[in-house]
Amino acid sequence: MPPMVPRRAVRATVVSVFALLLAGRAGAQGASTTDARAGLKAGWKDAASAIWNLRLVSTTWKPDAMLDAKNLGNFGFLNSDLAFAGKYVFQGNFNGYQIWDASDVANLKLKTLYPCPGGQGDMSTWGNLLFMSVEETRGRVDCAPGGVKDTVSAERFRGIRIFDISDVAHPKVITQVQTCRGSHTHTLVPDPKDKGAIYVYVQGTSVVRSPNELAGCSGNSPEADANSSRFRIEIIRVPLAHPAEAKVVNAPRIFADSAGHIAGLWKGGKHGEGTQETSVTDQCHDITVYPALGLAAGACSGNGIILDITDPANPKRIAEAMDPNFAYWHSANFSNDGSKVLFTDEWGGGAAPRCRASDKLTWGADAIFTLDGRALRHVGYYKLPVAQGNSENCVAHNGAIIPVPGRDIMAQAWYQGGISVFDFTDPAKPREIAYFDRGPISADTLHLGGSWSAYWHNGHIWSSEIARGLDVLELTPGRELSANEIAAAALVKFDVNNPQTQMRNVWPAHPAVARAYLDQLERDAGLGAARIAAIRSAIDGAEQASGAARRTAYQALAKSLAGDVSGASDTTRVKALTDVITQLAAQR
Amino acid sequence: MRYGAWVRRLAAAAIGAVLAAAPIAAQAPAAADVAFMKGMIHHHAQAVEMVALMQGRTDTPALRSLGERIDVSQRDEIGMMRQWLLEHGQEAPDPLPHIGMDMGDHAMPMMPGMLTAAQMAELKAAKGAEFDRLFLTGMIQHHQGALTMVEELFATSGAAQNTAIFRFASDVDADQRAEIARMRALLRQVPPR
Repeated sequence: MPPMVPRRAVRATVVSVFALLLAGRAGAQGASTTDARAGLKAGWKDAASAIWNLRLVSTTWKPDAMLDAKNLGNFGFLNSDLAFAGKYVFQGNFNGYQIWDASDVANLKLKTLYPCPGGQGDMSTWGNLLFMSVEETRGRVDCAPGGVKDTVSAERFRGIRIFDISDVAHPKVITQVQTCRGSHTHTLVPDPKDKGAIYVYVQGTSVVRSPNELAGCSGNSPEADANSSRFRIEIIRVPLAHPAEAKVVNAPRIFADSAGHIAGLWKGGKHGEGTQETSVTDQCHDITVYPALGLAAGACSGNGIILDITDPANPKRIAEAMDPNFAYWHSANFSNDGSKVLFTDEWGGGAAPRCRASDKLTWGADAIFTLDGRALRHVGYYKLPVAQGNSENCVAHNGAIIPVPGRDIMAQAWYQGGISVFDFTDPAKPREIAYFDRGPISADTLHLGGSWSAYWHNGHIWSSEIARGLDVLELTPGRELSANEIAAAALVKFDVNNPQTQMRNVWPAHPAVARAYLDQLERDAGLGAARIAAIRSAIDGAEQASGAARRTAYQALAKSLAGDVSGASDTTRVKALTDVITQLAAQR
Repeated sequence: MRYGAWVRRLAAAAIGAVLAAAPIAAQAPAAADVAFMKGMIHHHAQAVEMVALMQGRTDTPALRSLGERIDVSQRDEIGMMRQWLLEHGQEAPDPLPHIGMDMGDHAMPMMPGMLTAAQMAELKAAKGAEFDRLFLTGMIQHHQGALTMVEELFATSGAAQNTAIFRFASDVDADQRAEIARMRALLRQVPPR
């Protein structure tokens, strides 16, 4: 019998049938213990590593100021999230941030080191602005070390720091926007109708501060106080011409129900013994926005939610999901076409070893949903398929889509479980296609470390290593992913990339894209082998020609491809291939 | 207010903005931090003890699954807390080996939300739906006590300035809130007496 599920969730838009079936079988554990990643030799700089279908291009070790050499896993010095702009990579740290000049991916140079304790130090960038999350009660207005002893103090800073980085080597504080719970993470949201402003969604997850420290803050339950600082996110509007005027403009009640209950998703209430419950799940950990779709996916403690963000200052919840296997909804990614949403479960907060052979493959995993309008449907799980040791903190963490046309592929960080690249084109059967993993920092003691986030950006995977530094990797071709598919992915480039602000990948008309589709058609036998060979040689022929002759060759190929669609077993890919060839035929 | 003074000094001192400064010293823990960790070890141990009672008393799959998760989570966190205390030169309580032994009412310090000896005895004596109900109401009470402990920690001057403590306390708060919500949902499914 499947586990019980609250009736409210069944009434909600989610249909969790698959989740229930999977949960019912969840007794079966199954992370591999014979994989090359199992039992790697421990060490800090000298740990053994295992790698498959990837190449480690460079490792840049942490500068001393971002490190406690006596305690490598010291929480005060963890590296955190990444953002990208031009040749620079912005890397947060619980103790400040680092700006790397990545002109040469094999040899990163430290451009700027900015000590400023307060955690988590998640970074985003927009134009000449750099944004930084500060959540801890030790955070200070003046960025100084030493913390803030008093529980109420004008010296404390928790919220979003905004820097001017027009001179990257010398960031200047423009303003610092204080928020009631500080900022665990944040997300930049451009307004399609107003290029003059950018919004910042602030996700606070920890203690609400006193109203004596910041007016209006209330840690009370929504039942006791309609102005509770729980059960909301805060939205900062940043006027780009006057960023110093950035301020909180809204704190939307995204958990509310239609009757206006602030805690609509998991209401408190009476049951048994005359007890009055107060609502408890009250926060979003992270929100990924997809402005091109006008949607956001929020990973919000006890739920995954979908928001309509067409009006960025007033997001509206349109769908929600729960899952009996999820301990804590942590982060989200959309597939490029928005038809799938992947949520992560950060069971144990990232500080615990949750990838042991004894840990279930449905716990601390990714849950993959399909999204159709307002309907979220749970169809599969993905978890790092190899068992990690007791001294390796490991659970699902941050990742991003790799823009391989025709497939849904993601690179994801699993802390000391390393980086796993997987294909979830079939959301019910996600499977790993590449990995990189180091041994634990220590064989017998858990020191916090590993990959905080692994993001594809402009041809490489960038991994923020909590205790070690910054790794750059590249995909290598093999059976799982062809050279053409990798080349096609590298065609998608963004000057600015804040991974929680997901951008639509659009491929230019390029023969690598056509060849990538052909490789996929060969892999899934979507078209006859002889026909695939003929199309490949037609493309080769067109590329050897130039000008009018090339156009004519592509036009002829496009015309012949029109006849392949009906007979192919994979019509979607044949159509996509035809589109690319048609575009190539139209190129000057 | 010393707004920006330190930042300006930093910027002035920066040469090519790469600071040659020595690492900022790690924040030393406060007495309240140490007390929080020691207390939470005992608090967590009781959750493990409650889960151990499931054997032979309930077969409800969702409850057994909840119990398994609580057992793994709280054991791991006890290990983490013990490691932190030892790293900071403190005595680290180790109650797990004593679980299941009768140590009377005073063997384990009573932290907020912990079940009394009478409540534990009542749970031990229950079976089936009655066990499920007592387990869930008991564990909700137990978890709410953890939220109280976190609240008290954050309300203490000088506490939680150490990142490991801040983060752990915040995680306990977030995780246990989510678990309370799930337990309430399960409780609604338990047949009434």
